[in-house]
Amino acid sequence: MTVFDRLEAIFPPDRVITDPVRLRTYECDGLTYHRATPMVVVLPETAEEVAATVRVCAEFGVPFVARGSGTGLSGGALPRSDGVLIVTSRMRRILSVDLDRRQAVVEPGVTNLAITEAVRDRGYYYAPDPSSQQICSIGGNVAENSGGAHCLKYGFTVNHVQALEIVTPDGDVIEISEDDFGYDLLGAFVGSEGTLGIATKITVRLMRAPEAVTTLLAAFEGIEAGGQAVTSIIAAGIVPAAIEMMDALAIEAAEAAVACGYPADAGAVLIVELDGPASEVEAQLAEVIAICVATGSFEQRVAASADERAKIWKGRKSAFAAVGRISPAYIVQDGVVPRTCLGEVLAGIDALQEEFGIRVANVFHAGDGNLHPLVLFDDAAPGEGERAEVVSGRILDLCITHGGSITGEHGVGVDKARYMPRMFTDADLDTMQRVRCAFDPGGRSNPGKVFPTPRLCGEVPRVRKGSPGEIF
Amino acid sequence: MLGHTRVTIRDGGPADAVGGVVPRWVALPESVEEISVVLGACADADLAVTPAGGRTKLCWANPPERLDVLLDLSAMREVLEHVAGDLVVRVQAGIPVARLAETLAGAGQELALDVPFPEATIGGTLAAPSPGPRAFRYGNARDLLIGVTVVLSDGTIARAGGKVVKNVAGYDLGKLFTGSYGTLGVIAEATFRLHPLPADRRWLTFECEGWEDAGELLRSQLEPSAVEIDHPAEGLTTLAALFEGPAARDRAEAAREVLGGGEVRAEAPSWWGRPPGLPLASLRCHVPPHVPEGVSVRGSLATGVYLAAGAADLDAWRSRLPADARLVGLAGEFTGDRWGPIPSLPLMRRVKERFDPERRMSPGRLAGGV
Repeated sequence: MTVFDRLEAIFPPDRVITDPVRLRTYECDGLTYHRATPMVVVLPETAEEVAATVRVCAEFGVPFVARGSGTGLSGGALPRSDGVLIVTSRMRRILSVDLDRRQAVVEPGVTNLAITEAVRDRGYYYAPDPSSQQICSIGGNVAENSGGAHCLKYGFTVNHVQALEIVTPDGDVIEISEDDFGYDLLGAFVGSEGTLGIATKITVRLMRAPEAVTTLLAAFEGIEAGGQAVTSIIAAGIVPAAIEMMDALAIEAAEAAVACGYPADAGAVLIVELDGPASEVEAQLAEVIAICVATGSFEQRVAASADERAKIWKGRKSAFAAVGRISPAYIVQDGVVPRTCLGEVLAGIDALQEEFGIRVANVFHAGDGNLHPLVLFDDAAPGEGERAEVVSGRILDLCITHGGSITGEHGVGVDKARYMPRMFTDADLDTMQRVRCAFDPGGRSNPGKVFPTPRLCGEVPRVRKGSPGEIF
Repeated sequence: MLGHTRVTIRDGGPADAVGGVVPRWVALPESVEEISVVLGACADADLAVTPAGGRTKLCWANPPERLDVLLDLSAMREVLEHVAGDLVVRVQAGIPVARLAETLAGAGQELALDVPFPEATIGGTLAAPSPGPRAFRYGNARDLLIGVTVVLSDGTIARAGGKVVKNVAGYDLGKLFTGSYGTLGVIAEATFRLHPLPADRRWLTFECEGWEDAGELLRSQLEPSAVEIDHPAEGLTTLAALFEGPAARDRAEAAREVLGGGEVRAEAPSWWGRPPGLPLASLRCHVPPHVPEGVSVRGSLATGVYLAAGAADLDAWRSRLPADARLVGLAGEFTGDRWGPIPSLPLMRRVKERFDPERRMSPGRLAGGV
């Protein structure tokens, strides 16, 4: 019996893919410059099929990788050519919605936005909102601990998942819940990038829609003034739902792509969204506008309707794709710096542009210091791709030296595993590995992701019987 | 004294007991490195260790199977870094929550965690969390924690997370250690996201005959930060909701309309966020629970997380609760099973084995010998 035989016994023919041409459909996720053709793809429809697949992998010592919609930007769902790719796109039922408990139970292939769409007309929503929310799967969100523009106020996936049914790398189906007394395994699992198992059922928190939402677009002459406005808003004790910033190059790209109509001569725009009870939002909006004016904003627009709000957001949400209009190729970065270091780090990025002759468009979640520098290059020009790669890495170094992180929401995946030792010591990484070994001693669940070098788990050491010495 | 270090050691006594188990020694480290030195020495001599902070919850959960050294973190009480502009603070684990609150209030900020005992420390609040009223709005300790330094049973010092709120690099060891009751290692330092202190706070209190449904309030868009119930063993039940922000008073008044009565005050009711008594149990139930005669319950109608006092026979109570409810005996004497079902216990055991294979860190404090 081979792995193929065993999988073909579990799945009907249309849900096991071995045809090389069809396999290539799955060779990468949203990070397209890492590619590998999986040995075989399966399309389970139930947790039991996922578990059976994982048990086959355990039996044959074969690695497996889970994939949702494949929108990840760090190669977290990059397949293994010697492994099984478990695609959850057919597990897309919303199993239950309970508005009294403000809770929904969904399968991993359900898209992020589908949860909100299922409850929006009754005045509820699911808060985490990654830019890919129309297509990204909730299972992928759990793996990556996805954020989004509104996580400044509402937090990340981990703050909105209440329980999970998981298939462990041994093929057991176990529920982990915030109600379990003891270790927060739920918190450890969310964001583990598929290395601790596969979530097959997800219980998410639903939130009551806010009474009022208001969106402000403020134009500044440059990034520095915009950054000062952000600092002042936070210092005033206001926590907006979102604060986003774009620099001149990013504005130019967005304008070219979607004609978002941002003020033409702006060196930077700030999008500030406030939500909550109407009485609170009204007071805060006046204060935010006053702060923007005081820090040099020359134009402010307040969205008067949902349409106008959508128009303001359109430029921001299309920014990544939009730079394709002004550059043949680009690298999306995802570093984080303490908010108070934004100015210094942006100046550092400017210096890198000068030094390497590489343009960088800056789009970022300014409220929480999460930068998405878009490093632009021409892949046809010799050496330019390599220089862009260097600039991209140097930006991460800037983030680390300012006490930040190499990834705010895209994950480490295969893309940034090599940067982990710059942020963590060997002792830190070895300690994380203990978690890995507890869940996946065989190292079969999405190996090669997150951690730079594969480490073997070994047996659990035997209990040592010692006698207390006279050391004190 | 510990031979080659300057870590302060004294003999243990009855006042140092953990759930009745008296340690032979008490160690008082003053730095992460000193914790590491002590744990390393304990590893060499196979001594069992339990960390302690404000000692408010040492009698919670099971007593340790064995205990040689109480690792008292009360000398580690510094704010290491507070960058107000980043709304982030890094502290030593032994700092009392109340002391931290004073420091932060000076900058108009707070760690939005309600703790049941004012002398509780940050480390103890993470290792033995107890959900407070405002968990509904701000989450629990694990939701506000963004970075951690831990020391493992072999003396290894490890860090995870960092000092930025948004960060998905590596496993979140901080969350893993939340709720660990000292069984995985010692939480030495912690970094949190902060919130601005609200401009105003108002409590709406509403007395009712029985277990009141706060559904209307929760379905409104008034955004209470907390919705609590105090259901005493005898007498009237009180429902209270907290509103925070510049328009707190208006929102509390609007909530009064929704509930059809009640009183708006600038102070919390006396029972707010306080445990109701002994024996103390943690109850998680997402529908209004059955409450036995003579039992008092306090907690959040919004999150379904409560503390209960006066129930010793938890098995009997469990049989009257929905299958997905959880009832765990925290402190006091219980008959029968204090833990109830914990579906993820097999995985917790495996984590324990990897972090503390020789079972020196507070062994057996949690369910199933973990």
